[in-house]
Amino acid sequence: MLSLIVFTPLVAAVLLLPWRGLPARAVSWIWIAVTGVEVAAVLALWWAYPGEGFAHEVDRPWIPGAGAGYHVGVDGLSLPLLALTTVVFAACAVYSLRRQRRPRQFAALFLALQTSCLGLFVALDLILFFVFFDLSIVGMYAVIAGWGHGPQARRSALTFFLYTFLGSLALLLGFIGLSVAARPHTFDMVALTRDPPTQGVAGALVLLAVLLGLAIKTPTFPFHTWLPPAHTDAPAAGSAVLAGILLKMGTYGFVRIAMPMLPDAWRRYAWAVVVVGVVSVLYGALVALAQTNFKRMVAYTSVNHMGYVVLAVGAAGLVAGSDAQARAVAVTGAVTQMVSHGLITSALFLLAGVLYDRGGTYQMDAYGGLAGDTPRFAALTAVAAFASLGLPGFSGFIAEFQIFAGSLGSAPVAVAFALPGVLITAALFLWALHRIFLGPARHRLSATADVTAAEIAAVLPLLALALLLGVFPRLLLDVVEPAARAVTDLVAR
Amino acid sequence: MNAALWALVVLPAVAGGTLLLGGRRVDRAAPALALTVAALVAALAVAVALGRPGVDAPFLAGGRWGLAVDGLAALVVPTVAAVALLVLAYAAAEIHRDRSRFHGLMLVFLAAVLLTATATTLPVLLLGWEIMGAMSYALIAYHWRRDDAVAAGATAFLATRAGDLGLYLTAGAGLAGGTLDLTGLAGLPPGWRDVATVGVLAAGFGKAAQLPFSFWLSRAMLGPSPVSALLHSAAMVAMGGYLLVRLHPLLVATGWAVDVAAWGGALTALALGAVALAQTDLKQLLAASTSAQLGYVVLGAAVAPAGAVAHLIGHAATKALLFLAAGAWLTALGTRRLSALRGAGRRHPLVGVVFAVGALALAGVPPLALWATKDVVLAGARERSPALYLVGLAGALLAALYAGRALALVLRPVPSGAESGYDTERDGTREVTAGQRVPLMPLAVGAAVLGTLALPPLSRVVADAVGSGPAPPTGGAELVLSGLLAVAGVTLAVAAPARLPAPTWARTWLGLDPAARLLVVRPTLALARGLARFDDRVLDRAVHAVPRAALGAARGLARFDDAGLDRGVTALPTVTRRVAVALARVDDHGVDALVRRLARAARRLGVLARRPQTGLIHQYYVQLVLALGAAVLILLLAR
Repeated sequence: MLSLIVFTPLVAAVLLLPWRGLPARAVSWIWIAVTGVEVAAVLALWWAYPGEGFAHEVDRPWIPGAGAGYHVGVDGLSLPLLALTTVVFAACAVYSLRRQRRPRQFAALFLALQTSCLGLFVALDLILFFVFFDLSIVGMYAVIAGWGHGPQARRSALTFFLYTFLGSLALLLGFIGLSVAARPHTFDMVALTRDPPTQGVAGALVLLAVLLGLAIKTPTFPFHTWLPPAHTDAPAAGSAVLAGILLKMGTYGFVRIAMPMLPDAWRRYAWAVVVVGVVSVLYGALVALAQTNFKRMVAYTSVNHMGYVVLAVGAAGLVAGSDAQARAVAVTGAVTQMVSHGLITSALFLLAGVLYDRGGTYQMDAYGGLAGDTPRFAALTAVAAFASLGLPGFSGFIAEFQIFAGSLGSAPVAVAFALPGVLITAALFLWALHRIFLGPARHRLSATADVTAAEIAAVLPLLALALLLGVFPRLLLDVVEPAARAVTDLVAR
Repeated sequence: MNAALWALVVLPAVAGGTLLLGGRRVDRAAPALALTVAALVAALAVAVALGRPGVDAPFLAGGRWGLAVDGLAALVVPTVAAVALLVLAYAAAEIHRDRSRFHGLMLVFLAAVLLTATATTLPVLLLGWEIMGAMSYALIAYHWRRDDAVAAGATAFLATRAGDLGLYLTAGAGLAGGTLDLTGLAGLPPGWRDVATVGVLAAGFGKAAQLPFSFWLSRAMLGPSPVSALLHSAAMVAMGGYLLVRLHPLLVATGWAVDVAAWGGALTALALGAVALAQTDLKQLLAASTSAQLGYVVLGAAVAPAGAVAHLIGHAATKALLFLAAGAWLTALGTRRLSALRGAGRRHPLVGVVFAVGALALAGVPPLALWATKDVVLAGARERSPALYLVGLAGALLAALYAGRALALVLRPVPSGAESGYDTERDGTREVTAGQRVPLMPLAVGAAVLGTLALPPLSRVVADAVGSGPAPPTGGAELVLSGLLAVAGVTLAVAAPARLPAPTWARTWLGLDPAARLLVVRPTLALARGLARFDDRVLDRAVHAVPRAALGAARGLARFDDAGLDRGVTALPTVTRRVAVALARVDDHGVDALVRRLARAARRLGVLARRPQTGLIHQYYVQLVLALGAAVLILLLAR
């Protein structure tokens, strides 16, 4: 079942690619149908999930000589991200109903990318994880280089590729370290989690390699510089996937690999993770505040939002003198933030695409008073902005509340420093709304069309889900909480 | 009864959301729908006040979804619902554009206030609390074409959210100490209890527009009058005081917090009283007076909770009335400038009469609402410290002066040439419609009689409901003293309104807004721009310098390869040939062919060796990966 979900998009992509002469409209609808089926399938998976431990596990030998197997399965950490992946890709499919260059190749590429993202979140083997990790980088490189706009697109794509590929090599080094230390040698995540193999200096070095790889992908300060150009030059759907899904691969790695497999080292160096988290929160928020380009601004808020996740997982490692329940709340908040940020930021990037489509620029000062011409676009963007700044009623609040409340016990000073991040984010989004949509009409656009039905159909479900999870968080937390508790216990052992 | 409590919150939220989603299509139906919902909410509020239900559902780990109506909420919830109903009735007559947006936002706001008032756990409280702030942004920025209104909304949201951060701190301290229930906060272990108290005080002071947050309320006056009447009298600012009253046990348990709250409130009452006295704009005067009066609520929250609640309720009715009256004149005469409003009370006598009732109540003239309520608070202050009492009393005198000044101006005869002062803000309609007049009546009645909440026998009922022990007894002498003070103040102000002092520092709201800009906004922006430059010029460039350096090194190696190794290799055949020729001479062409074949092979090797040195970094990269892969393979095979 799980493998079927993972590889169906790839099969669709392979079928689509050589099918010359297929009309663009038909390509879009096939794409939407496949992603829709994926959403339904993951919902069924969610429905059938027993509530704790791994479900739908498959473990087949793959490269037995190296100790790598085809081991997949879902639990409370991966299931929400799996669902997020299908939803965001479906939104991208719907969004791409508008005309697109080389639609068949575009759809095929996204379908293949979807397989690599889904595969990463179900992988329970480090080599499998690594393969999907790298495939996603290659896929996104192709998206930015092939469909990006702006003269810098290729350069941005190359920077993205080299930087994150370098990160993945560090990650591979760490994985090999883990495997070599294990007796018998294995890349199996479940086995490595059961008996964390490394101790002492070796553990610290392995953690350093893994952290470096994940930090580049997440990205945290100071490894984030590939993110703004990649976003600015990527097509809207590409940005949505990049921010919504690809960034989560880094943060997912923290809770899936780094914390449970390297508990000793994690506890010892959790303070460093906390510091990186706090700096990312403040730095991301402040640099975003200074941006004049809407898409760059949203990109930097991703650094800020991912900083909260890093802060929470770091605080969960500061075991001494803190309450286990509070630390579990922090990890729950971190996973919630991954889902929440995926939904909201994808919506924001799709809306940024609408802005570019209408005005030909992301520069906020080129607009002004747009709400009069495009009320529905303004309303959607305002809702997304308020959701992103952590307004209660949306999922972001549930995430940030749990992160702050859960982390304060073990890292009070860090949380006190990170809290103003919430305020700066609020300021920058209100300012952005003001510059683009409110005030007297300042833009010189001759004809500004409001959002189309397809654009609404792509963005609205993302925001509706953020609202749903904000009002009824139990829907998500019932699945996440047991897994978060398990991670907290694994770190504390 | 539990269903009624759910409905109390869900009904306005859903109705408001529906109106917002409906957009222009439901403009026509919006006021009627909003009024119906507000009436239902008022009925539900009375029902839950009598029934005292409580609901509980799972929400977050450690923090459940808890709503309950206790004695305190039973007093405040009906007040908020009643004022909301009257304000919405007024708004139906005044707001004519974008009605669905306006009424939708107001209803969502109402839901958030009711959620805040009935919350029993911190996550639920914070939920209502911050939605209130966001709705206030949208409502203050209702005239979104005006840059200043939008900026004012943002200021209100950001200033109050700065305080709200405190509640996140409180939640963290609560969770670390083992509870997110509001009632459990007082029992936290000492260190966490202090952190929790700091957070609560910051949040309460921010929302209640106490010093140093007061400036946001001044700018918020750019919003429509009904918004001010609801948000800046009965609901949002009042919730700041309400939170502190509700957490009175926490303040007491912490000890130092009582003094901070009491002095913060008393000083706000004094300083903002002076600010109100110096204003030249009626709405600004009312706004400053809101801060000052909420100062008594905050003071009371520390030293006399029952008095604070009575004052909060009395002030809600009084200030809603005054804001609506000011709004009625603004639509009719197109101005809020006090000098231009001279005689406005005579032009529109009914509005003038109810305004007089409200102003006298605000002044603390017996037996109107805020006379006895303020005295209960002051009695509590006297128990605590005489200095606190004197500061509070001085604030009361200022209240009498500024209320009297406003009263004196609007009740004077209409001067000749008054028309020239009108229409400074907008074109006035020169009439106050029945729809605007009717909601003023019940509010005026409230402003007149709600003082009984602070007098026996009702005062005991209030004290029992608030449940913070018996209030300190109010002596008859003090009541007479404060009454005389109020009457004297009003008399003085009415006699010589122009002679009252109006120093610049008071007219400009103590310079709080420029100070916030100078000390917070500007440094933050400068830091943000500096970091953005650092990001572009240092970090990003450093990252790009790495491949550039690698590329340089690769080029250098390639050059060495061409110049050194390759030349060596290509030189080899020449040498070989020479040797071959020499050998040929010796060896009669015997091995010559063999040697030549060798030379050709060497040349081909040279070409091959040159091939990977393309100078293209990604190709080097692939080679690196291949080499690494091979290394991994070797590692795996050789283990």
